[in-house]
Amino acid sequence: MLTVNHFILLSAILFCLGAVGVLIRRNPLVMFMSIELMLNAANLAFVAFSRYLNNLDGQIFVFLILTVAAAEVAVGLAIIVAMFRARENVDVDEVNELKG
Amino acid sequence: MLISPELILAIFGMLVLVVDLIGRARTREWLPWVTVLGFVLAFAATLYIWGSNASIFAGMYSVDMFSLFFKLLATIAGTMIVLVSIDYLRGRTTRQGEFFSIFTFSILAMTMMASSASLLMIYLSIEFLSYTSYLLTGFLREDKKSNEAALKYFLYGAITSAVMLYGLSLLYGVSGSLNLTDIATAFANTVDPSVRTVALVAPALVLAGLGFKISLVPFHQWAPDAYEGAPTPVTAFLSVGPKAVGFAILLRVALTTLPIYQASWIPLLAVISIITMTLGNLVALRQTNIKRLLAYSSIAQAGYMLIGLVGVNLTGNSPFSGLNGVLIYLFAYLFTNLGAFICVIAIENATGAVNIADYAGLVRRAPFVAALFIIFFLSLAGIPPTAGFIGKFFVFGAALREGFLTLAAIGVINSIISVFYYFAVIRAAFFLDAKDPSPIRITPLVTAMLTVTAAMVLLIAVYPQPLFNLAAWSMGMFGVVK
Repeated sequence: MLTVNHFILLSAILFCLGAVGVLIRRNPLVMFMSIELMLNAANLAFVAFSRYLNNLDGQIFVFLILTVAAAEVAVGLAIIVAMFRARENVDVDEVNELKG
Repeated sequence: MLISPELILAIFGMLVLVVDLIGRARTREWLPWVTVLGFVLAFAATLYIWGSNASIFAGMYSVDMFSLFFKLLATIAGTMIVLVSIDYLRGRTTRQGEFFSIFTFSILAMTMMASSASLLMIYLSIEFLSYTSYLLTGFLREDKKSNEAALKYFLYGAITSAVMLYGLSLLYGVSGSLNLTDIATAFANTVDPSVRTVALVAPALVLAGLGFKISLVPFHQWAPDAYEGAPTPVTAFLSVGPKAVGFAILLRVALTTLPIYQASWIPLLAVISIITMTLGNLVALRQTNIKRLLAYSSIAQAGYMLIGLVGVNLTGNSPFSGLNGVLIYLFAYLFTNLGAFICVIAIENATGAVNIADYAGLVRRAPFVAALFIIFFLSLAGIPPTAGFIGKFFVFGAALREGFLTLAAIGVINSIISVFYYFAVIRAAFFLDAKDPSPIRITPLVTAMLTVTAAMVLLIAVYPQPLFNLAAWSMGMFGVVK
């Protein structure tokens, strides 16, 4: 029998995987995918809680997170593309004009 | 018409975008002034609904005096930044209309953040402000620094907002509601010890998202890079706008949703405040780029403001409630920091220089700007007779009243440290010889804005009573905490 705890545990695992991905990968596109994994962990938690509480607010929240995540992709990819045009390289360790 | 300021900003943002698309070159020259008109109308609309205390859209959006305070602040900041960016953008980009449109939307996002009263609105408005800020930061597309600043800002922002979102989902899970006051009721009525555990972890995750906006350590790493690479008017905006409304949400969540856990979050915020001020000030000491110096200075300023929330105590009718200190500080900081950045813009417009070494002999090249640098830096360091002193007086006073002697002492020591790096700039400007002694021409619009900000910094110091009243009205909605 699956309870809300199982879903929350799964979402916590997904969230940690995403967080580790962001920290150890250096390609902005892969970092970006890891961030999406973190967002989806939150989505899963919202849906599970929503079902458990018999309250639809959480599911509506998930709809809006999905839309906002799409907007985030648009902005993020635009920035990465502009960056690639300017320097033909997007590895975040080699992007170092600004430091001090 | 409770949402008229937001409607006006939305209409003007779209109007500027459309006119920029279909208008002729001569018409497009007027776009910054159309944007300013939008901000002035939104400011007037905010004053028109002054005094309202309503909760609309099923409790998700709260139009109260607290939010109106931040709407005033947002529209003032918007007006001044548009006026100084006109000269800055000329010659740097051909897509000015887009800039002003996105900027109007970022001010709209600020007004929405100020009114957010539900977890959903908090998430949506924070993301709205973030995306517009990323675009503005990377607006000079051909400039490598601007690109890099946008990428770093974006990656930090996306990570912290994902962490915050997970915190929001946990808050929803343990309380069964998205509404800030309903969550508080749920927490007060529960006896389940596991709810208490989650109620301590979840807000810490949410703090990641808010700390990113406010630039609190350890969520500050984006700030120096984004500040240095962004177009300077955008830097000025980032240093006051997101910080102010980030505080609006932090104060609202702390004081309406989590008052019963106050004993738990006060030590956490006190530690963050100490680390933020100390790190900001110590790293600022060895900066050579004025924009990076002001970035670290603004991180330190966020630490001082947080002292007000640590020392918050809304019982009784004391002038040192902590909350009013934060509001007064934010208002004083708005004019001070914008003024300092307008000085930087004035020099950068004429010479392109942003290093402190280039400020040598400034007193002979641009005496007006050099003199105003003194006023703004005195205010940032919190030395009377300036607005910054009034702000520090009230936040440190609140900490002392609540018995946080160490915290207040560390705040004062940090203010003294900050004098060193502020005066390094002033020393260069007044006592070193210029390599190129030719006078710097300051454009009339920038001169006007410098005069306004400097006048406000001094006015708040000599006649602070209206600001005290404004702060007292704005915090009236928070009833008695504790």
